[in-house]
Amino acid sequence: MTVIVPTSIPEALSAFGEHPEAVALAGGTDLLVEINEGHRQAPSTIVALDRVSDLTTWTIDQRAHRLRIGAGIRWAEIERPPLAELVPALAQAARTVGSPQIRNAGTVGGNLATCSPAGDGLPVLSALGATVHVVGAAGRRALPIDDFMVGVKRTALGSGELIEAVEVPLVEGFQGFSKVGVRNAMVIAAANACVVTDGTDVRIAVGSVAPTVIRCGEAERVASDAADWNARSIDPADARRSGELAAAASRPIDDHRSTAVYRRHAVAVMVERLLLRALPGTVAS
Amino acid sequence: MSEHYTLHVNGADHEVRDAWLGENLLYVLRERLGFLAAKGACEQGECGSCSVLLDGRLVCSCLVLAASAVGQPIVTVEGLGDGDRLTDVQQAFVDAGAVQCGFCTPGLIMAAHDLLDRHAEPSEMQIREELSGNVCRCTGYGRIIDAVQRVAVARRSAL
Repeated sequence: MTVIVPTSIPEALSAFGEHPEAVALAGGTDLLVEINEGHRQAPSTIVALDRVSDLTTWTIDQRAHRLRIGAGIRWAEIERPPLAELVPALAQAARTVGSPQIRNAGTVGGNLATCSPAGDGLPVLSALGATVHVVGAAGRRALPIDDFMVGVKRTALGSGELIEAVEVPLVEGFQGFSKVGVRNAMVIAAANACVVTDGTDVRIAVGSVAPTVIRCGEAERVASDAADWNARSIDPADARRSGELAAAASRPIDDHRSTAVYRRHAVAVMVERLLLRALPGTVAS
Repeated sequence: MSEHYTLHVNGADHEVRDAWLGENLLYVLRERLGFLAAKGACEQGECGSCSVLLDGRLVCSCLVLAASAVGQPIVTVEGLGDGDRLTDVQQAFVDAGAVQCGFCTPGLIMAAHDLLDRHAEPSEMQIREELSGNVCRCTGYGRIIDAVQRVAVARRSAL
């Protein structure tokens, strides 16, 4: 086995150029488990990305109201200010990722690259309409997150391409994350959800209930149309209806973590509650 | 990278020779370098028994590719105290009866030090959340929380 520890993006790309079979290592919280347990044949070359300083910075574009988060930024940094104040739902999700030890290692780029259906950052990034910036020998490209996520642990990342950053709008409205699992800490989601309001837009994404995180268009439209945007309120019956539509859009399975029936129910409850938090005003009678 | 590399553990360089580069840091610490404090149980980052500081961050050493940790300071429980003298956290674990079988203790000592270095006055909820990556099957956690609180009080009154 060869282990390469580049310190810049060009160095990392040339490592992938010389070793097309190489596997990227970010926080190691997925890859090392697979190597330790022998679930995958150990790769012949590993490119460890944690010393690439260009991947661990974040920047704000004030004019465009957008935040660009380096792929190598760890959950521990996202769950604390200043990032926690800029993307509160992502910070809420960060706080539920594994344990402090896992959050000190795992990165937002790793969450994207692994593309687990249960990845806790992914519903937030999807609801925010994030853009994934990737870089390869042929140059850079930017993909909407919903195109980036292709299937269970499958992404649109090409061979030799790296995730450089993920970019999200800085929304003025509400953003909230919710997650259900068998306990409070150190748990993989049985289901998770994010609701974002931006202007009179409602955006809803749910995870762990389909091969990838999904946006729930019909639930979004019902909530957006039903909301009283001046009073910032929604009739609880409409919030419930939107939650039910999100549940109807999910395609959960039974597995060792939960059942399809429970997951669908959990999605309906989480979306309903998040909508009531997003639009807490008193409903005019 | 050659199959020889150097790790900086507890303030000193340690050469790792003729090792498979896919080995995790926990394995290398225990089996190749003889640092036996960190314990291996789950090897998937769930139990926290193998917690060490890597470049100042509390991490599960079982999830660190050892060969990628070159040039970064690594601290294990062996590197915390001054010779045979216990740290205040270790002494508090003894005094509070926070150790039963002892298997999880090294990981908890690392996590408790990390927690107390960042929070001078942790609430019980904060302690529970901060230690949520360290599993103990004996104590029920009550005496561990007590030990952490004792250290916090002692450190404040020593100021």
